[in-house]
Amino acid sequence: MAILGLFQHDVKKHAVLASGLVAPDPARCVQCGICTYNCPVGIDVRAHAWRGEPVIHNHCLTCGECVMRCPRGSLRFEKTDLFAKRKP
Amino acid sequence: MKYAIVGSGVSGIATIEAIRSVDRSGEVVMIGDDPHGFYSRPGLAYYLTGELHDKALYPRTSDEYRQMNFRYVKGRVKGVLREARVLELENQTSIAYDRLLIATGAQALPLEAPGANLEGVFKLDHMEDAKRILKHARRGKMAVVVGGGITALELVEGLLARGMNVHYLLRGDRYWSGVLDEHESKIVEARLQVEGVTLHHHAEVIEVMGKKNRVIGARLLDGRTLTCDMVAYAIGIRPRLELAIQAGLAVDRGILVNEFMQTNDPHIFAAGDVAQVYDPAVGRSILDSLWGPARQQGYAAGLNMAGKTTAYIKAPPFNVTRLAGLTTTIIGAVGGGHDKDLIGIARGDSETWRSLPDALVAQSGFDVNHLRLMVGEQRLLGAVVMGDQTLSYPLQKIVSERIDISSIREKLLAADARIGDVVVEFWAGLRN
Repeated sequence: MAILGLFQHDVKKHAVLASGLVAPDPARCVQCGICTYNCPVGIDVRAHAWRGEPVIHNHCLTCGECVMRCPRGSLRFEKTDLFAKRKP
Repeated sequence: MKYAIVGSGVSGIATIEAIRSVDRSGEVVMIGDDPHGFYSRPGLAYYLTGELHDKALYPRTSDEYRQMNFRYVKGRVKGVLREARVLELENQTSIAYDRLLIATGAQALPLEAPGANLEGVFKLDHMEDAKRILKHARRGKMAVVVGGGITALELVEGLLARGMNVHYLLRGDRYWSGVLDEHESKIVEARLQVEGVTLHHHAEVIEVMGKKNRVIGARLLDGRTLTCDMVAYAIGIRPRLELAIQAGLAVDRGILVNEFMQTNDPHIFAAGDVAQVYDPAVGRSILDSLWGPARQQGYAAGLNMAGKTTAYIKAPPFNVTRLAGLTTTIIGAVGGGHDKDLIGIARGDSETWRSLPDALVAQSGFDVNHLRLMVGEQRLLGAVVMGDQTLSYPLQKIVSERIDISSIREKLLAADARIGDVVVEFWAGLRN
């Protein structure tokens, strides 16, 4: 059961990551570049933070590395409803 | 139209972006005396700890600069001829302008003690300082850090991360007493001690001792001597006013500007750490030394320089920093005290933090998760969030948008109130 619980936790986590994107708060950001430096696929997250735009990028894995490493909490996951059923 | 920007920090970059949003063809020149141009000065703290490489601190590529369409001149401006609207540079060249921005920033106040010029005594103003500190830390063992505020702590943490033993000297009885309350200072100090920092309260360096021009120790006011091979200090900053004074502009502690970032010369503007900005809301001029306001001021200045009249609306000061590894958000007005460790303003600081209207304090939090709210009559005037940052975003909005909190005021001020829960519930209500 414990293993199943862990598995469910993992599934939940990945469901959240898959349905979210990284959104910056430019007021918190000081352009230090830790986010860009640590992005495993080389996205310039810092440039998005300067413009205040969410990281909508084909290569973004929503791995959370940038969110976790930002020393000023400038980045957070925002849920997207891209695949939500539209009301008629 | 010819625009000249003196200074290569975030204000200057934001000014150019604003100018270009209005005027695509005007001639823009930026003159900077920092050999490294534009980089994230706050990010130097993470360069010191080794969290990133120095190359990562530069936010713009040369391609992006080309798109902004401006000329960069590395050099120092020695004078402004206001009548002729000409800048004179130290290299004997001159640059004509129609609109000028002075964004020369601020510099560290010097350590006033014999021996302060010895090799091994450092401040943290620029990239070059950070590089020198790191080079020295490679062969050093013991450091003495002097000063309060964010920069001094960045020095402590950076040197610790580089394997040095650190004595941290505070002139007062606790860390950053002008902004943090006693409990918050104690949280920071306790965490530093766990990391191995030796704290000294009521301590002051009266002499840096040296041998063969190198630091070998620090003599303290109480007669003690600490053996060390490095002394690093951050006791406050001073706006770089030399150019404005030479030009005969109105200055106080900074260059005085109105809400359009304009000096007493209508052709000259100022923004960032060097500017003392009139705030119509409080009827006086205020110094901020924060990245966010510097960028916003620069942008407002640029719009006005390009002819689009736009007032700079000062948001409640807001900063997020890491204090002894603990993420801390400081919003609005939070403290009233005087800080013995800082002369004037510190980097990452705003004078508004200490200009506190009537407020009552609501607090909660144990050890690393700490929350303090400054509760006014109808709104929250400020907040300090240490540790868990879940509440910092809602609080930032509640304070900056001056949201009426009358409905929860009593709950917040009740004895043993769980103020975090009250805020969460209130925020959820606002969003629905």
